[in-house]
Amino acid sequence: MGAYVVRRLFFSLFVLWGAVTIIFVVLRLVPGDPAYIMLGPDADQAQVAALRAQLGLDQSLIQQYATYLANVVHLDFGESFRLNADSMSLVLQRVPATIQLATTALLLSLLIGLPLGVIAALRAHSWVDRAISVFSLMGQSTPSFWLGIVLILVFARGLKVLPSAGSGSWAHLVLPTITLALPFLAILVRLTRSGLLEVVHEGYVQTARAKGLSEAIVVLVHAMRNALIPIVTVVGLQFGALLGGTVIVETVFAWPGVGRLLIDSIGRRDYGVVQASILLVATIFVLINLLVDLLYGFLDPRVRLAGD
Amino acid sequence: MAAPVAARRRTRAGSARIRFGFAVIAVYVVAAAIGPWLFRYNPVDTRTADRLKPPFTRLSDGSFAIFGTDQVGQDLFAQMLQGARISIAVGLATLVLAGTIGVTIGLAAGYFGGWLDGVLMRLADIQLAFPSILLAIFIAALLGPSVVNVVIVLAVANWVTFARVARGQALATRRREFVDASRTLGAGTWRLITRCVLPACVAPVLVVATVEIGHVILAEASLSFLGLGTPASTPSWGVTIANGRNYLADAWWISTIPGIALAFLVISLGVLGDALRDRYDPRLRSL
Repeated sequence: MGAYVVRRLFFSLFVLWGAVTIIFVVLRLVPGDPAYIMLGPDADQAQVAALRAQLGLDQSLIQQYATYLANVVHLDFGESFRLNADSMSLVLQRVPATIQLATTALLLSLLIGLPLGVIAALRAHSWVDRAISVFSLMGQSTPSFWLGIVLILVFARGLKVLPSAGSGSWAHLVLPTITLALPFLAILVRLTRSGLLEVVHEGYVQTARAKGLSEAIVVLVHAMRNALIPIVTVVGLQFGALLGGTVIVETVFAWPGVGRLLIDSIGRRDYGVVQASILLVATIFVLINLLVDLLYGFLDPRVRLAGD
Repeated sequence: MAAPVAARRRTRAGSARIRFGFAVIAVYVVAAAIGPWLFRYNPVDTRTADRLKPPFTRLSDGSFAIFGTDQVGQDLFAQMLQGARISIAVGLATLVLAGTIGVTIGLAAGYFGGWLDGVLMRLADIQLAFPSILLAIFIAALLGPSVVNVVIVLAVANWVTFARVARGQALATRRREFVDASRTLGAGTWRLITRCVLPACVAPVLVVATVEIGHVILAEASLSFLGLGTPASTPSWGVTIANGRNYLADAWWISTIPGIALAFLVISLGVLGDALRDRYDPRLRSL
């Protein structure tokens, strides 16, 4: 298990290095002087000169890359000219709100998605299964920014039972959570259904049934345990989409998280904050996938033993 | 006997899904192709007398606004037809670009293997570890809003799926007997790749493209909604929905109706993509 953990840790570090490098390359590939692009047309000469010095634009590309990596390691993305504060600390202030939204959406998806998937698999090809499939397809295809607007129209403007924007109470959390959870929940239903259907005809499930165990125990304990393995991986990968979704949901509901800070900063060309927010979200995502991989090794001994 | 009957019934359900998907998409494509001719849309036209009229209103020039008008008095239906043209065109262009990049990289990685495969697939892993909408937002923010930029951004964010499929096919095909036979007869690398391996990629790549186009159209709408996609002068559905947000209290229809059109198109593409995948290549289910 030890070697497996170390291998996964190194891969996570490698991926983070890759993400940092992609940001560096994209910033240099875009036509024009990065300092001008980052500061926009309103910047004065002193600001441009300061940023050019900080980015090391007069040096060779290799030196620029080294400077950039050193800055990233020190979490130094420069000052935000807009908010007069360190970019990374601005982003860190917004993290709890985003985590809160993402966690409640994840919990809601698991609470509804797993049972629906189990029901669909147990009643495969019945009308219940078909209804659940239609719901899941609609959930995956509905644009979340549009769903957010419709929920605001119905529950905030029409029925006036929930606030349309802002944060501070549980009531504020309801609509953004539903909006963020729906596509994720829909994918979870499909995965649970197909995962269970793949294992229900396996020998060990037949054995469990033949032993006279109740259908509930057979499904929830014996079949579900193996069906969970692919579900856990894809949940980890799809969590990235959920994090990306917070950008849109936070914009629609004026939720004070990293996503909204990102969009506000793009609008004002505050690229230090933009880079810091994107790297922070990427880091959270990589950490979650590391956790998922470790959990995977725990659920399926074949995985952790493969390379040892 | 029960199993084959059930299987046959499922196949028939499969072809019903394929017919449904094709029919709906055909309606959208025809509407996008000829709609803007029949219902003229001029983005700079403003008619203050017809502002924010609800659906089914007769307008001041005698025309009938089935979906109402927007904040500058434009017919919402005409605007949506124009939007359909933009969304579908961006979706197709993105798939062509992402498919070309992805298939080229995937073929190279799968056919040549070795260090090239290692480098290209690690690159794909890194990109998969990056929420693709965030990468798209980042590049779009730097490039600025324009139709061409949206296509570039979404293609960069979506090539990986195509690369993986093409690589898988290349790995499976390059050791087959007919490829060895061609090689023995003196066919060069280029000829082997384009005549033996590439044809094996076409079917799965088309299936993946059908599954992906719905996601791409949704991503375009999301970027445009955030102000990072198509500019305000080319009103894709995302732009129209975003504009309507400021008039929710007076005009619910501006945001809601284009969203229904968008969701219905994406659902139909999803139905078609899933049905094609189940029929032709169930192994692609994990993608």
